[in-house]
Amino acid sequence: MKELLAQVNEIFIDVLDNEDIVLSETTSANDVDEWDSLSHIQLIVAIERHFKIRFTSKEIQSWNNIGEMLTSIQDKLNQN
Amino acid sequence: MKSFSQLKKNLKNDFAALPKVKLAVLGDTATQLLTQAIRGWGYDQGLDIEVWEADFDQIALQINDSQSELYAFQPEFVVLFQSSHKLLSRYNKLRPEAQSSLASNELSSIESMTATLSEQLHCKIIYYNYTEIDDAVFGNYALQVASSFLFQLRKLNFELMHFATQQSNFYLCDLSTIQNQLGKTNFFPGSIYVNTEMVLSLEALPFVALRTVSIVESLLGKFKKCVILDLDNTTWGGIIGDDGIENIQIGSLGIGKAFTEFQYWIKKLKNRGIIVCVCSKNNESTAKEPFEKHPDMVLRLEDISVFVANWENKADNIRHIQSILNIGFDSMVFLDDNPFERNIIRENLPEVTVPELPEDPADYLEYLYTLNLFETVSHSGEDAERTKMYQVEAQRVQTQQKFTNEDDFLASLSMVSLVEPFTPFNTPRVAQLSQRSNQFNLRTVRYTEDDIKKMASSENHVTFTFTLEDKFGDNGLIGVVILQQEDNQTAFIDTWLMSCRVLKRTMENFVLNTVVAFCLDRGFMVLKGEYLPTAKNEMVAHHYPNLGFTQDGEKWSLNTAEYTPGKTFITKK
Repeated sequence: MKELLAQVNEIFIDVLDNEDIVLSETTSANDVDEWDSLSHIQLIVAIERHFKIRFTSKEIQSWNNIGEMLTSIQDKLNQN
Repeated sequence: MKSFSQLKKNLKNDFAALPKVKLAVLGDTATQLLTQAIRGWGYDQGLDIEVWEADFDQIALQINDSQSELYAFQPEFVVLFQSSHKLLSRYNKLRPEAQSSLASNELSSIESMTATLSEQLHCKIIYYNYTEIDDAVFGNYALQVASSFLFQLRKLNFELMHFATQQSNFYLCDLSTIQNQLGKTNFFPGSIYVNTEMVLSLEALPFVALRTVSIVESLLGKFKKCVILDLDNTTWGGIIGDDGIENIQIGSLGIGKAFTEFQYWIKKLKNRGIIVCVCSKNNESTAKEPFEKHPDMVLRLEDISVFVANWENKADNIRHIQSILNIGFDSMVFLDDNPFERNIIRENLPEVTVPELPEDPADYLEYLYTLNLFETVSHSGEDAERTKMYQVEAQRVQTQQKFTNEDDFLASLSMVSLVEPFTPFNTPRVAQLSQRSNQFNLRTVRYTEDDIKKMASSENHVTFTFTLEDKFGDNGLIGVVILQQEDNQTAFIDTWLMSCRVLKRTMENFVLNTVVAFCLDRGFMVLKGEYLPTAKNEMVAHHYPNLGFTQDGEKWSLNTAEYTPGKTFITKK
């Protein structure tokens, strides 16, 4: 999970164009200024591209924090 | 193609030095990212596009309320994006017997929106056509069932094209072609649509935004006018100097088919009015041989306006071509299979568009199609004549070299000009000149056909058009002047523009003599002019003082009674 978190953190920094972002498993959209519904789409597409996975629309709606997002990613990667 | 993230990063750049354009986006799906992409592309293309975005799904509301934010914003361009998904939702709710009138009902609503918008605003409308959705209810048979969704969608797209041909301020942006090129799975993001109402994927957004911005640029007079071709392995397969005329690949030899099709494409561009030039590292006679003798060549010498084949540096050769054509480097496209040559041009002439041609010539065309290089917003009969005019210009340059005295040369041309007001016959050409002229254009106010028609019947305007014909040929309509009456004594030159192909022919004097004679006849004692500088019109910065106008605040004025007609070798036809 640590390794995943680091990779996702990089993606957030790149997409949101903010070097200072430090994510933890409990981070939610409320904790990051630039993370709004619009940039959320960019983040999803960037994560999908990076890990070569595809989220379902249900998954996109379901995450309350980074930890849950990482769980989804891990599940997808395990399926591959 | 730039990615959405790259475009978004542009938004942080400084737009202050760029010309401003106001554009409104009205959509029935989420368009926030689209507006960001449009503004981002604007930066790359040298425009500060101020985008106002209607709240989600407010198209009718904004258009029908004359007090709306849309009208308060006063945009010059309005993008209307009604998506196929919403079209499908409307179709789904129709009673079966009403389904076959979907297209005509939608079209009449688009017509009435266009009419209302045009009454309230002086704007250009950019309408996105419909991307295809086949709901697969009838299978292939949908194409024979008038009430099927696919039948209605395609009918609507077709009817929109027909509608657009009859409008003077309505332009279609071909979303359907973008979906074709990218493939639907890349174009439409199902999971994101369900969550956010966005119908364009992040991958598709840059393409859609660029096509939109291209239309805006065209309407502002910025578009490609010329394509410059390399020969060996670009126009034909193989190397003419090494392989000889029998062995170059064109027609049925080797992979000649790829080059034949490429040449047909260039020929169609030429017929449309794009100037075709050659820039090749070859001996001139060797390079010309296939054009003269090869039976399978589609392009012939008469298709080429300027033919340059030598062993000089290609950047210098393109500078030479530019000096003959007298058009901006930014209106030129250079096609060359050799990455080295491409880079030389990119480094030396960064304004020239240099597509990164694929390695395999079989992929040239499909790749070039996706770039949509030759956007335009007008088409007139005169376009097809352009190649010939530039060839004649090259002849004139040769004759001129025989005369030591400029006046003798001009007198020898036997130049005549037909002076007419705007008429239904010359309206398309006048509008086109208004869109195209960048250099000899004093105020660079762009007028559409619609504007021209209004001006022709306006009480406050007097319009002039000028043609120029000489013993070498007819240049056609090359000058436009619009006078606006300020008061009983004063006329203001709202527009004075001329085609650059008639520079240094004493046309300026002929035009001013004609206009002043008219002013005296009508009792206008003062003729006022104004120079509004742009990046391109520096050549006319001193136009008015050179003609004897004196400074009058920000403007220039001329006492018509005291004017001595300027020397000209042109007579009235």
